[in-house]
Amino acid sequence: MQSVLTPKPPRSSKSGRTARAQGPATGTPKAAGSARRREIWAAYGFISPWIVGFVVFTAGPMLASLVLSFTDYDAIGSTHNVGFANYQQLFEDPQVAKSLMNTLIFAVLRVPLAMAFALVLAMLLLKVGRTAGLFRTVFYLPVMTPPVAVGILFLLLFNGNVGLINHVLGFFGIEGPSWTTDSFWVKPGLVLTSLWSVGSTVVIYFAALRSVPKDLYEAAELDGAGRWTSFRHVTLPQISGTLFFTLIVNTIASLQTFTEAYTAFFGTATTQSYSSDAALFYVVYLFQQAFQYMHMGYASALAWLLFLVILVITIIQAKVSKRFVYYEGDQR
Amino acid sequence: MTQLTMRPDTKEGTAKRALRVVGVLLASVVFLYPFVWLISASLKPSTDVFDNALIPHVVQWSNYQELWNALPLFTWIGNSVLVTLAAAVTVTVSSAIVAFGFAYFRFPGRDALFALVIGTMMLPAAVTMVPQYMVWNWLHLASSQVPLWAPNLFGSAFYIFLLRQFFLGLPRELFEAARVDGAGYWTLFWRIAAPLCRPALIVTFIFEVQASWTDLVRPLIYLRDPQLYTVPRGLKAVLDQFGDGGEMRWEIVCAASVVVTVPMIIAFFVCQRHFTQGIATTGSKG
Repeated sequence: MQSVLTPKPPRSSKSGRTARAQGPATGTPKAAGSARRREIWAAYGFISPWIVGFVVFTAGPMLASLVLSFTDYDAIGSTHNVGFANYQQLFEDPQVAKSLMNTLIFAVLRVPLAMAFALVLAMLLLKVGRTAGLFRTVFYLPVMTPPVAVGILFLLLFNGNVGLINHVLGFFGIEGPSWTTDSFWVKPGLVLTSLWSVGSTVVIYFAALRSVPKDLYEAAELDGAGRWTSFRHVTLPQISGTLFFTLIVNTIASLQTFTEAYTAFFGTATTQSYSSDAALFYVVYLFQQAFQYMHMGYASALAWLLFLVILVITIIQAKVSKRFVYYEGDQR
Repeated sequence: MTQLTMRPDTKEGTAKRALRVVGVLLASVVFLYPFVWLISASLKPSTDVFDNALIPHVVQWSNYQELWNALPLFTWIGNSVLVTLAAAVTVTVSSAIVAFGFAYFRFPGRDALFALVIGTMMLPAAVTMVPQYMVWNWLHLASSQVPLWAPNLFGSAFYIFLLRQFFLGLPRELFEAARVDGAGYWTLFWRIAAPLCRPALIVTFIFEVQASWTDLVRPLIYLRDPQLYTVPRGLKAVLDQFGDGGEMRWEIVCAASVVVTVPMIIAFFVCQRHFTQGIATTGSKG
């Protein structure tokens, strides 16, 4: 796709076409050469904002943070080299293991549930005809809700004694757990809450499902394929690229979950309740170390560990998915 | 996809169709009810917040009055509007410029640099949280609103990717004709490419409006002075003051949540076509 769409400014400055494209002043090969040089400079001019931003806000700081992860930097006092002490502490600090575990549990619960839920909703949308647009809007609305408000809704609706969720469960004779205080139920509660904001994935799936060629289904039906078979052998392969994309994006986002949990359980001494241990996600802990205790050096080490964890998980997902993702005009 | 419902056995088809409609309606209730609940609770007296009644027994508009009096809400909304506009305008302009650079020109290192752009898109934001703070601290801007929008001056990988995709779709002849007429590169971008890609620019703008308006992380890091708070940061403060362990005035918390959420809901209804289009594009091209 790239080679078809990518604009092709003249590769060789000698071609006659080049001279024409560059305007009347560039009749001779020499002038064309300088025009080409001007073009290259212009190109770098256009992308220079990103290059500056990359150096100043991404690459530079990341290098700096690598250096700082070997120090006791706190943004105030003087900085000392502490060698590998910060990294050693990663393994000794029980909060690291706990927050990492919390985060992994959250991601493992959330990602498949969110994808399955979104797929079911998207397929329902596909079958309701003209009203699909309206319902798509409805499903998307929670995405617009600020996460801090979602965190508050979690506290309110999932309240074990008076919350709406347990009230509704009561209709079915189920006595709901204390979602916001029982450390076993905090994570499932947050996962369920996060499913409310599944709308953007629904929209993506809906678009992907609509672009599956209809004749494939017709062919499958002619071959006597049932609903499940055509889902398994037509729908899934056709949208596998999209599924893969949402898998990666949702996993990276879940491993960095922060705002809802922080809103509900952290921030002030009084709200930091006993249940907050169960909601201590990795980025929450990273945030606390960096900006509450100002242990920036240690926080840098924490950030690098997170980077490594996310990188490894993403690579594994990419490798495994490779076998399942179907591309039009295979094999790449 | 209608072939399944157009089968001859219409009786079964109608039943299934009805079942699906019921399913979608049920899901809609799940998605919408929290909003209704929140608005309703924000109008109830303190004792009724958790009564789960759809319509408040007593409608108490004074909750909003009290919220307004107790907190510098107007200042927070003003801050949020300014920060959001600055963030959205800067990121749209800068990302478009960079995207055009990648789409129109061929230059040494282009593909490697673009791969780097994609690479930063995968870079977890939490990883750069601490290093970026150090930069702002070094610039003596770590306790201001500047870090909330200024990074957008340099474009954002995701939008660069999105906009480049649109620029690539423009016919090349358009630019070549303009070049023959003596147009400079900036003119190509500003007078031809940008106007033709207006829908994509709008998508970028409103995506960033949403991201910036709802963000809590950066305000938590950078805003210490309550006078500088944005609305989500303010809402967190409201929760800490009026929620659990605070005054237990949940109706005030609900009212504040409504105030934070409503502008986004309105924005969504005004430009929902762009939202759904933009998201669908990211999915299919990702």
